[in-house]
Amino acid sequence: MVDYSMFDILGPVMIGPSSSHTAGAARIGKMAHKFAGDDIKSVDFYLHGSFAKTYRGHGTDKALLAGVLGFGESDDRLREAFEIAAQRGVAYSFQEKDLGDLMHPNSVKIVIRRTDDSEVVLIGSSIGGGNINIVHLNGIDLTISGEHPTIIVRHNTSKGIISGMTNILMACNLDVLYMSFHKKKNRDDEGVMVIEVSDVVSDEALRAIRTFPGIVDVYLI
Amino acid sequence: MTYRFTTGEELLEICGEKKMTIAQVMLAREVEMSKRSAEEIRGQMLDSLNVMKTAIQAGLHEGVKSVSGLIGGEAYKLSQYAATHEPLSGRDMFQAMTNAMSVMEVNASMGRIVASPTAGSCGIVPGALVSTGLRQGKTDEELVEALLTASAIGFLFSRNATVAGSEGGCQAETGTASAMASAAIVEMMGGSPAAALSAASFTIKNILGLVCDPIAGLVECPCAKRNALGTANAILSADMALAGLETAIPFDEVVDAMYRVGKVMSPTLRETAMGGLAATPTGIRIAERIFGPGHGRG
Repeated sequence: MVDYSMFDILGPVMIGPSSSHTAGAARIGKMAHKFAGDDIKSVDFYLHGSFAKTYRGHGTDKALLAGVLGFGESDDRLREAFEIAAQRGVAYSFQEKDLGDLMHPNSVKIVIRRTDDSEVVLIGSSIGGGNINIVHLNGIDLTISGEHPTIIVRHNTSKGIISGMTNILMACNLDVLYMSFHKKKNRDDEGVMVIEVSDVVSDEALRAIRTFPGIVDVYLI
Repeated sequence: MTYRFTTGEELLEICGEKKMTIAQVMLAREVEMSKRSAEEIRGQMLDSLNVMKTAIQAGLHEGVKSVSGLIGGEAYKLSQYAATHEPLSGRDMFQAMTNAMSVMEVNASMGRIVASPTAGSCGIVPGALVSTGLRQGKTDEELVEALLTASAIGFLFSRNATVAGSEGGCQAETGTASAMASAAIVEMMGGSPAAALSAASFTIKNILGLVCDPIAGLVECPCAKRNALGTANAILSADMALAGLETAIPFDEVVDAMYRVGKVMSPTLRETAMGGLAATPTGIRIAERIFGPGHGRG
């Protein structure tokens, strides 16, 4: 990225002390919240590398939890994340865990259990300056940066999905900046598409995607 | 795409051709790139200015403590001292330095700040630029304009070198912040774009080679005091440029020199907390007190 906006330079507005260990952590947590929603029973954080080593001093734990509870990186309530989780009856734990040599040093695996006992499993990396990448979602390796409006589509068939999606996007006049297609290992009936687009995604576009044959779920980031 | 620049030289060319300030060129560039209106962009920058002003005040009146307990209360102590003594560095300089420390304490205590350009260097632009502007009776509109200048300088460092301590050491973080503040002060006080770039060059030349060695890996010690130093550096450099002193080495070459110095810096001196002050016996003891035995070395 060489075409920095002035707000990449003077910014982000954030809760301190560290753009990578605090702001980035809150953003990863918030991304998990997008997938899990508000009905959360418990959340376990597995901290890797530098996150594991220094999370207490940087408030990484509070920032992650606050993000999962739906707060952004500039929200004052980051500091009170533990108290707010207790009030809402959300159980949480933090553990150090080696997620592998290839994993970015500032990474975390988040396992969320919803009140209906379904699970969201996500791995995110804080790659510097508050920027993040989600690299794993519910058993599927992928990349979501969240830099542009992003549509995440979960589907249970591979047939006709790509052309179906591109047709809908064209009809809604949305430019695709980046598109990737991920399948669970050895499975044809479980996959995820990540589509970054140039503009705000309308409700109409989301409805069209949601009702397309083979689509299980749609998320907008 | 008329306002895109990638070097200081190109920036000065555009400023000269169009008879514009650095701030005006940066704003035009942002309008061009983002398709947002100038008014909307200025509005967002005003929000950032207000976050800076609030953080400047926060540490002055109450004892702020960092999450680790390593720093906190310094800005309060400084302002108490200034209430009963005549600071040796002069009132305005002392106030600017105190304000920078206040912002750093707010950051370390999980308060709200503007990364400028990073969280570890977030005290310098508010300390040097905003404090000087306020002392000089500048309006919010003028301060927003100055922040636009600062962002243009920060962009050139991000584009052509680095602003990350992990890549370039402290010179890249607090150094860039000082360069941003210094150039913005010069333009705010009526200096030319060339003088602004001279000021930015002075700040880097003054601290070239400064290592990043945070105790326990936390953005606290020595970071807070280096923000105080960076603030003084920015104001001194601005004065030198406003007096007409010129940089012997052009701005773009200074940026490149900083980048190359960062590249040859040992990784132990680039934010890993494995060298410098972090690796002293006391530095290691502090780290172990915060994180437990075995966490003292990097």
